[in-house]
Amino acid sequence: MSTSPTPTNQLGLTRQDYTGGKSTLCVGCGHEGITLQIIQAAFELGLESHQVAKLSGIGCSSKTPAYFLKNAWGFNSVHGRAAAVCTGVALANRSLKNLLVSGDGDSMSIGLNHFTHLIRRNVPVVYIIEDNGVYALTKGQFSATADQGSALRWGQVNELQPLDPCTLAMELGCGFVARSFSGNPKQLNTLLKAAFAHPGTAVLDVISPCVTWNNHESSTRSYQSAKNREIPLHELGFIPAFHTPQVDIPAGEAQEVAFPDGSRITFRTLHDDYDPSKLTEAWRLVHESRDRGELLTGLLYYQPGKPTIHEVMKTAPTPLTQLPQSALKPGPEALQEIMDELK
Amino acid sequence: MTTVNEFSIEVATVNGSGSQTANNVLLRAIFQMGMPVSGKNFFPSNISGMPTWFQIRVSRKGYAARKPEIDLMVCLNPETAEQDLAKLPPGALCIYDEPLNLGGRRSDITAFGVPFQALVAASCPEMKYQRLVKNMVYVGVLVRLLGIEPEEAGRALGRLIKGKAEAMNRAAMDAGYQWALANLPDQGKLLVQRLPVEQERLLIDGNTACALGALFAGVTVVGWYPITPSTGVIESLTEYAHPYRTDPTTGASTIAILQMEDELASAGVVVGAGWAGARAMTATSGPGLSLMTEFIGLAYYAECPGVFVDVQRVGPSTGLPTRSSQSDIKLCAKASHGDTLHINLYPATMEECFRFTYDAFDLAERFQTPVFLVSDLDLGMQNWITSPFAYPEGKLDRGKVLDEAALKEVQAWGRYKDVDGDGIPYRTLPGTPGGKGAYLTRGSGHNAQAAYTENPAEFAEGILRLKRKILGAAPHLPLPIQVDNGAKRGVLAFGSSDPAVQEAMDILREAHQMPLNYMRVRALPFAEAVGDFLRSMEVVYVVEQNRDGQMAALLMEFFPQEAPRLRSVLHFDSTPITAQTIVDQILSQEM
Ligand SMILES: Cc1ncc(C[n+]2csc(CCOP(=O)(O)OP(=O)(O)O)c2C)c(N)n1
Ligand code: SF4
Ligand SMILES: [Mg+2]
Repeated sequence: MSTSPTPTNQLGLTRQDYTGGKSTLCVGCGHEGITLQIIQAAFELGLESHQVAKLSGIGCSSKTPAYFLKNAWGFNSVHGRAAAVCTGVALANRSLKNLLVSGDGDSMSIGLNHFTHLIRRNVPVVYIIEDNGVYALTKGQFSATADQGSALRWGQVNELQPLDPCTLAMELGCGFVARSFSGNPKQLNTLLKAAFAHPGTAVLDVISPCVTWNNHESSTRSYQSAKNREIPLHELGFIPAFHTPQVDIPAGEAQEVAFPDGSRITFRTLHDDYDPSKLTEAWRLVHESRDRGELLTGLLYYQPGKPTIHEVMKTAPTPLTQLPQSALKPGPEALQEIMDELK
Repeated sequence: MTTVNEFSIEVATVNGSGSQTANNVLLRAIFQMGMPVSGKNFFPSNISGMPTWFQIRVSRKGYAARKPEIDLMVCLNPETAEQDLAKLPPGALCIYDEPLNLGGRRSDITAFGVPFQALVAASCPEMKYQRLVKNMVYVGVLVRLLGIEPEEAGRALGRLIKGKAEAMNRAAMDAGYQWALANLPDQGKLLVQRLPVEQERLLIDGNTACALGALFAGVTVVGWYPITPSTGVIESLTEYAHPYRTDPTTGASTIAILQMEDELASAGVVVGAGWAGARAMTATSGPGLSLMTEFIGLAYYAECPGVFVDVQRVGPSTGLPTRSSQSDIKLCAKASHGDTLHINLYPATMEECFRFTYDAFDLAERFQTPVFLVSDLDLGMQNWITSPFAYPEGKLDRGKVLDEAALKEVQAWGRYKDVDGDGIPYRTLPGTPGGKGAYLTRGSGHNAQAAYTENPAEFAEGILRLKRKILGAAPHLPLPIQVDNGAKRGVLAFGSSDPAVQEAMDILREAHQMPLNYMRVRALPFAEAVGDFLRSMEVVYVVEQNRDGQMAALLMEFFPQEAPRLRSVLHFDSTPITAQTIVDQILSQEM
C-alpha cells in the first residue's frame, strides 16, 4: 500500500497539529463545519498556535475552542462578554492573534453592548458568530437573529424583527464584515484566511444550523433553507503573504485587494454592481436582499486602514506583558519628585 | 470652647461655585503652618447649585475624625443658612453673607456680616468671574480672623490655582483680608498658631495615593467606568502615567488605560489582561462592583490575577453616591455566585492606600486571584496629612509563572496541580513559545490538568484547594495593628474608622476611666493574631460604618467560638463616624 506523504505547511506542521480535543457537539451540528474550517485555515496560513488566543463566551458555539488549535491558549469565559476579555488580552499582549468564537445569543443579546464597543475600538480579532438563530445550549429558545416568521420546532413563531450582526457591524464602522454558511466550506475557508490578515476587528457571521433545535422545515436557519436561499456575492480567492503556487485564483476577471501583511484577496463578482468597498451601497443591497428572503454571502464590506486600538492608544510596540520591571516600576527619584510636589 | 489650634470650621456654600478650591487654600495654609488639620467635603450628587458643606478640623492633638460641634461657621448659602446657624453651639463664631441678615438672630453666638458681593465687585472687575472668586473672599476674612499667616495663604493659593485665575483669586482673597483688618475686632477665641514641624508632611487624598501605588507596582492594563467616588483613582493614574510611563522619544505608552462601556466590561478587561500576564486593575464603587461579580467569580475559580479597588459609597442601590460608608465589606469578601473568599486589604491611612495598592498587585499574581483594595469616600476623596511614602523596594512578585525554559524542565505540567502543597498552582501565559504549556481556561468544572470534568471528586478537590490557597494567604497580608493598654476589653476596627476610634479611646480613658485595647484589622482572610486578640479579651467592640455589622459577621464566621464576646458599634447615617458616636455606643453597652 503506497501512502502519499502527509501535507505540511510552511512551518512543517500537518493539519493534525491544528486540531483540538474531541467534540461533544451533536452529530451534524453546523458549528462543527466552522471548527473544521478554522483548523484548515490555520493550517494553510501556517499560524503559530501559541500566538493565537482563542476566546469565547458561553453556548454550544463557545465550547468549540476546545476542539481546535490544541496548542493555543484559550479562554471559555462568561456568557456574552468574551469581547471584553478579548480587549484585555489585546491590551496586555498585542502580539497575539485573537480568535473569538461566539453565538448569536452570546453576541446579539447579552453581549451586544460589548460587541458594539469592541468594533468601535477596532480591537484586533477575528470575531466569528456561529449563527443558528437559537439559544441552543439552553435548549432552543429564539435568539435575536431569528428571522421574523421563523418557527420553533414546537410551533412558536418569532414575531420580532431580527438583528443582523453584519449590517450592525457595518454601521459601527467595522473594517471587515463577512457572512458565510457552514455548508459552504470553500468560501468560509477563504474568508477566515482573509480575516486573519485584517489588522483590526473582522466580523464573520456564519450561518450554522443547529440540527437539534432549529433544522426543521418551518425554520429559516435549517441547512435546507440556507442552501436554497444562499447567493454568494463573489468567487473568492486568497493569496497569503508567503505566496505558494497551489493557491487557486478564480478564473475570469478578478479584482484584488491587498492586506497590510502583504496577503491579497481576489474576487470575481457574481452579483451585479456589488462593491464591498462602498459602505452605503453595500448596506442597502444586503438589506434589500434580506427583505427578499435571500441570504447574501461573501465579503460584505471591506475597508482597511482604520486605526486599531493600539494605534489610537499609542500602546508600546513591545507587548506590555513582556516589559521588564525597569520599564514598569519608576525609581525612587520619581516617587521623591511626586512627594515633593505634594508638600 | 476650644481655642488655639483646637477647633472646627464649617463652610456652607452651594456646589459649582468654586468653593472647593477656596476650602483647599484654607486647609493648605493651615497645614503649611505645621498644624495637624483635616478637611471633609460634604457634597451633593449634582454638578451645580446644591448645598455643600466643608469642614476643617484643626487639632493640635492630631485628631482627624469628623467633629460635629462647629466652632466657626461660614454661611454663604441662603437655602441652608437657618439650619446652619441653628446647629452652632453657644459661644460659636459665625461669618455670614451680609444680605442673609443673620446678625442678632442668636444672642449666644458672635456673628459678623461680610459684604461679599461688594468686595468681590471691587476686586474683580470682570462680572463673569465674580461668582467663581467670591469664595476666596471668605478665605481672606478667615486668614485675618484666625491669625493664619497671610504669606502661607498666598503660597497655598499659588500652589492650587494657576494661570489667569491666580491673580483674580489673589485679589479677592486680599479684599477679604483687608476688609476684615479694617472691620472685624480681634477675637482671642479661635487661633491658628504655627507649630514646629518635626517630620516632613504632605497633603494627599486616598485616591491619588492608591493611583501612585498602582503606578509603582507597574500596572499595565486598566479597564474602568466612571463612578463617584472612585473616578479620581483612574484620573490620577492617567495624569501620573503621562510623565512616568510614556517613552519620551516615541510617545509610546507602557500602560493601557481604557474607559469601557460598563463595569461588566471593565472586569472582563481585568480578567482577560490578568490571564494574559498583565498587571491589571480597575477602580469602582458599590454599584459597579455589583456588576463585576460574575467576572470576579470566574477569576477566583479560573485563577486569574487582578486588582479591584472599591471606593465605598453609601448603598443600597445608588444610595447616596457622594457619601461615605463601609458597607461593601461583605460584597468585597465574597463577590460572586458560588463559594468564594477574596483577599481584601483595608487601608486606613494614606501610606496604606499607597502601599496596599502596590502590594495588591504582588498578591494578585502570587495567589492568582482577584485582590480587593477596600477604600471609601472618606479616605479616597478627602485630603489627609501624611508622611511622604516610603519607596517600595524590591522586585515585583510575578508569582508562579512557567516560561519556555521552565516548561522544558517540567515533566507533567498541570495548570491546576498543587505541586508545592500551598494550593497555588503554576500558570503559563499565552504566547509562550516551545509548544508546551497551552491550556483552555474555563469557569466550568475542571480537573488538575484544566480539562473539563463533571467528576464530583475532582470538582470538590478543586474548590477545596482554592479555599486552602486563599486561607494560606493570611500570613502574607498586612498584619493587624495592635495597641495594648493592659485592658480586658478591646475595640476592633478597620479602614477610615481609625481616627475616630483613636480619639474615642482617649475620651474613654480620660473621661470615663475605661482604657481599652485596640486591634486594627488590615486584611482578609484574618491573621491568627485576630483570633488571639478576640480570645484574650472579655468583650470586643467591633466598630464599623454599616448597618448590619458586616465585619462582625465575618469575624463570627472565622472565629465562631468568640462570637459571644463581640458587640457591634455601628454608624450608618452617611456621615463619617465620630469619636462621640463610638464613646456613646460603648458606654451604653457597658451599662
Ligand atoms: C449570565 C448567564 N445567563 C444565562 C446563561 C445560560 N446560557 C448558556 S448558553 C446560552 C445561550 C447560548 O446561545 P448562543 O450564544 O446562540 O449559542 P449556541 O448554543 O446557540 O451555539 C444561555 C442563555 C449563562 N450561562 N450565563
Ligand atoms: S444543540 Fe444544536 S448547536 Fe448545540 S451542539 Fe447540538 S446541534 Fe449544535
Ligand atoms: Mg445560537
